[in-house]
Amino acid sequence: MKYVDEFRDPQKAAILFSEIHRLVDQIAPQEPISVMEVCGGHTHSIFRYGLETMLPRGIELVHGPGCPVCVLPIGRIDDCLAIAEQRDVIFTTFGDAMRVPGSRKSLLQAKAEGADIRMVYSPLDALALARANPEREVVFFGIGFETTMPSTALTVLQAEADEITNFSVFCNHITIFPTIKALLDMPGLAIDGFVGPGHVTMVTGAEPYQFIARQYRRPMVVAGFEPLDFLQAIAMLLTQFAEGRCEVENQYARVARAGGNEVAQEAVARVYELREFFEWRGLGSVDQSGVRFRHAYGRFDAERRFAVPNLQIADPKGCQCGEVLTGALKPWQCGLFGSGCTPENPQGALMVSTEGACAAYYQYGGLRQGVSA
Amino acid sequence: MCLGIPGRIIAIADEGRKLAMVDVCGVRRKINIACVVDEAHPIDQCIGDWVLVHVGFAMSRVDESEAAHTLKLLEELAEAQQTLREMSLSLEAP
Repeated sequence: MKYVDEFRDPQKAAILFSEIHRLVDQIAPQEPISVMEVCGGHTHSIFRYGLETMLPRGIELVHGPGCPVCVLPIGRIDDCLAIAEQRDVIFTTFGDAMRVPGSRKSLLQAKAEGADIRMVYSPLDALALARANPEREVVFFGIGFETTMPSTALTVLQAEADEITNFSVFCNHITIFPTIKALLDMPGLAIDGFVGPGHVTMVTGAEPYQFIARQYRRPMVVAGFEPLDFLQAIAMLLTQFAEGRCEVENQYARVARAGGNEVAQEAVARVYELREFFEWRGLGSVDQSGVRFRHAYGRFDAERRFAVPNLQIADPKGCQCGEVLTGALKPWQCGLFGSGCTPENPQGALMVSTEGACAAYYQYGGLRQGVSA
Repeated sequence: MCLGIPGRIIAIADEGRKLAMVDVCGVRRKINIACVVDEAHPIDQCIGDWVLVHVGFAMSRVDESEAAHTLKLLEELAEAQQTLREMSLSLEAP
């Protein structure tokens, strides 16, 4: 069990908790109010600080699909391996993606077997490798939501300006908005409101979320990543319920400005276009949820430069990530949790990264279920 | 990867490519600052700015107290330590 005095500003935390309790008492919901946090950073914070154990029973958190590493389909990892295992290729990736299991192995295992796979901190480091190794093909594994999408777009624009011809990106960038819409279109989905991702909003602004409030009548509060930010967002959501409002509000305005970041948006629009569909681990195919290079930037597109198998590969048998992602199951209710599926040997998407709900729960535990057991 | 870490712009490294030296928790490296410069805030006025750095790109200007606050919190997160390690290791890359 966590205590308020573990917060950096215990007084503020205590005020927020009492406000949250007061609002839940006032609303007096028949069923718990179900709130989905869309961002993996929030999921991590919730488990790291044990926030779920401290909220009143009238609120239930559902941990959404906002960890880009977790939702990478197995087939795309196999595609990475097909590129990385070619002679002459230096395959570069963020460290987060190294351990994601493909159907045969992970990038980490392929590296151990001799493939030239290098962890980089930034796509700019991959571009520097291309500059330093003109006789090799340097491929960067582009993953992430709108937060990292501008970084690969700007890196490609730099490669174009510098006339670098041995650099390309295997683009797996995804956009969260169609996936929130797909979740909301699922019959029987019991989500009453959303906590929105602060750093995606820093790039996109709040406008793309408006459909959630207008069309689907669910409120959303965009939040920062400190535990107090999250609690404040919960209090703001509850205030909307109490007052019968349904809006998109921004708790993180100190970083995420209303219009987002225009330079980043321009770079993304110039380099990328929407794909017809993209596959998400645990959720399946979602229309217009991924981006690819525009024709004018095709020479930087690793999918065009290398033959990739591009096969759909089903999740392992028994894996129930989809049910956990939509809130139908809690992580520990999956049959594989902790036995067939652990952070050391992940089977499903949500156990892969510490921002996945299952891995976060496995690591920090001590939830309501654990407390009452 | 998704984690933004506050850093302070200490010098302009390459004006054409919009690269600046940024001090991130004592690690100094070149960061692309294209997303935080515009006509109202040109590149030569960026020195001293606190910015939120994501995978080598400054994505938002933040004020100093916000930066200090976030840095304290990040000390508690293993992921932040990992990102800093990756950042300093990448300095050895060509």
